[in-house]
Amino acid sequence: MNELLEKKLSEEPKPWKRQLLAVLVVVLILAWSSTSITYKGVSANGAALAGNILKGIFHPSTDILFNLTTEGVAYLLLETICIALLGTIMGSLIAVPFSFLASTKIMPKPVAWCGNVLIMLVRTIPAFVYGLMIIRVTGPGAYAGVLTMSICSIGMVSKMYIENIENLDTSILDSLDAAGCTGFQKIRYGVLPQLFSNFVSTAIYRFDINLKDATVLGLVGAGGVGAPLIFAMNSYRWNDVGALLLGLIILVLLVEYISTAIRTKLVRG
Amino acid sequence: MNGLYDKIFKPKTITLANGHSVTKQASRTPLVILILVIAVLFSAKVTGVNFAILRERGHQFFVILSDIFHPDLSYVNKGWGPLFDTIKMSIMGTTIGCAIGLPVAVVASSNVVHSKAAVSFVRFILGIVRTLPTLVIALIATFVFDLGTFAGTVAISIFTLGIVAKMLYENIETVDMGAFEAVEALGGDRARCFMSAIFPQVLPYYLSTCLYCLELNLRHAAILGYVGAGGIGLTLNEKIGWREYNKVGTILLMLFCAVFIIEHISRYFRKKLV
Repeated sequence: MNELLEKKLSEEPKPWKRQLLAVLVVVLILAWSSTSITYKGVSANGAALAGNILKGIFHPSTDILFNLTTEGVAYLLLETICIALLGTIMGSLIAVPFSFLASTKIMPKPVAWCGNVLIMLVRTIPAFVYGLMIIRVTGPGAYAGVLTMSICSIGMVSKMYIENIENLDTSILDSLDAAGCTGFQKIRYGVLPQLFSNFVSTAIYRFDINLKDATVLGLVGAGGVGAPLIFAMNSYRWNDVGALLLGLIILVLLVEYISTAIRTKLVRG
Repeated sequence: MNGLYDKIFKPKTITLANGHSVTKQASRTPLVILILVIAVLFSAKVTGVNFAILRERGHQFFVILSDIFHPDLSYVNKGWGPLFDTIKMSIMGTTIGCAIGLPVAVVASSNVVHSKAAVSFVRFILGIVRTLPTLVIALIATFVFDLGTFAGTVAISIFTLGIVAKMLYENIETVDMGAFEAVEALGGDRARCFMSAIFPQVLPYYLSTCLYCLELNLRHAAILGYVGAGGIGLTLNEKIGWREYNKVGTILLMLFCAVFIIEHISRYFRKKLV
């Protein structure tokens, strides 16, 4: 019995050479990447500054927190929600043709490849560069934020759509074919029910992210909570930063909670 | 909520051929659509949506875009340094974030740590770290650690930590606990149980998440540069400031190639892992 066990044990593959190689490669990469990162120490008054930041953030200024005018946190957050909502809806609608174009299940391989590269191109341009382009069209304001957000959503949303399309169960289409359905009926009863809930779930997920990324829009003055937040940070008004961040964090956590509940319900049917 | 809706819109009763009757609830779709339409109209009013302006001034959008698509290729040579800085920052930051994320995720998973207070405390902190916008983390990092690549690395580590820890503890909570209990019954302490029973199960997923974060962080490079946290984003921001959009195009092209290559490498390894 024992001999048998030992024999089996000795037959077990010994991956240590490969593991050693992998570790070696990782260590080399890390050593290479640490070359350009120089620790200059905490900046002159960095420690004091960090203390101030923490103090400010935990003592949010109440006069903009409970202010109901357009300067107040409530209105800014409302504007952010509106921007994120419209941006998400527009972006996830534009993403539909993109994703059908780029999925290998529907298009021939070369076309799908081109579609994928196109989506990657759209994703590579950073949000605030899009913001600059849009502002030339609409001028600064919330509307620019909506358009920027819809373009920025396309990349990730269509990537997730593509995964859903690739997982499509085509045998249902075959059986609908066998039952003599027309092309339209096949889409209505074979494709839509499979994709719809997943697409909506993706869009809701993206809505979460868009809310969180709304600060980036502030860089170019495209409305929402972003610009006041960045101005406050650059002028070291940490109490205002605290108030704005507090609002944003509570909003994001709340929306995340609700959207997770909706998405679980959607996926389970 | 459901009961109220059913009272207003009575469920339909269908009598079957065998005498039984079933009730079919009225569809919720009209209500959802109504709420959505109201929300969209309200948002459109708040944000001042105006489609006419798109038709009138839409061509302005392509002014910068066409410059970006005519990249100034002579600028490539100056871009290598910052590009590699960005890649190094991303690798280093991702590694640090993932390394810290592992123990944090363990403490946040309720099937390994039974103290409810510890679990919810760590999750609460993680929730805050995750919801803090990237830009804010990066800006604070540059205030504390001075401008430069170190601040960027710190910022990347922090938001990698948030993502990795969350995805990992959700994964740890779904593993098969049989092996864990077996090691526990043999007298192993908690840490030993985790290392020999759970860690091997989540390792592929963990590594795959780390690679995914690496891709994500490369894309964040542009934002990091904006606040002065080093790398190619800094160059990008400078060129945007000078309105040299041809050079912006070059930088974006280089970033695109780097992301493309790293994405393919990491996708290859992720496929092998899972």
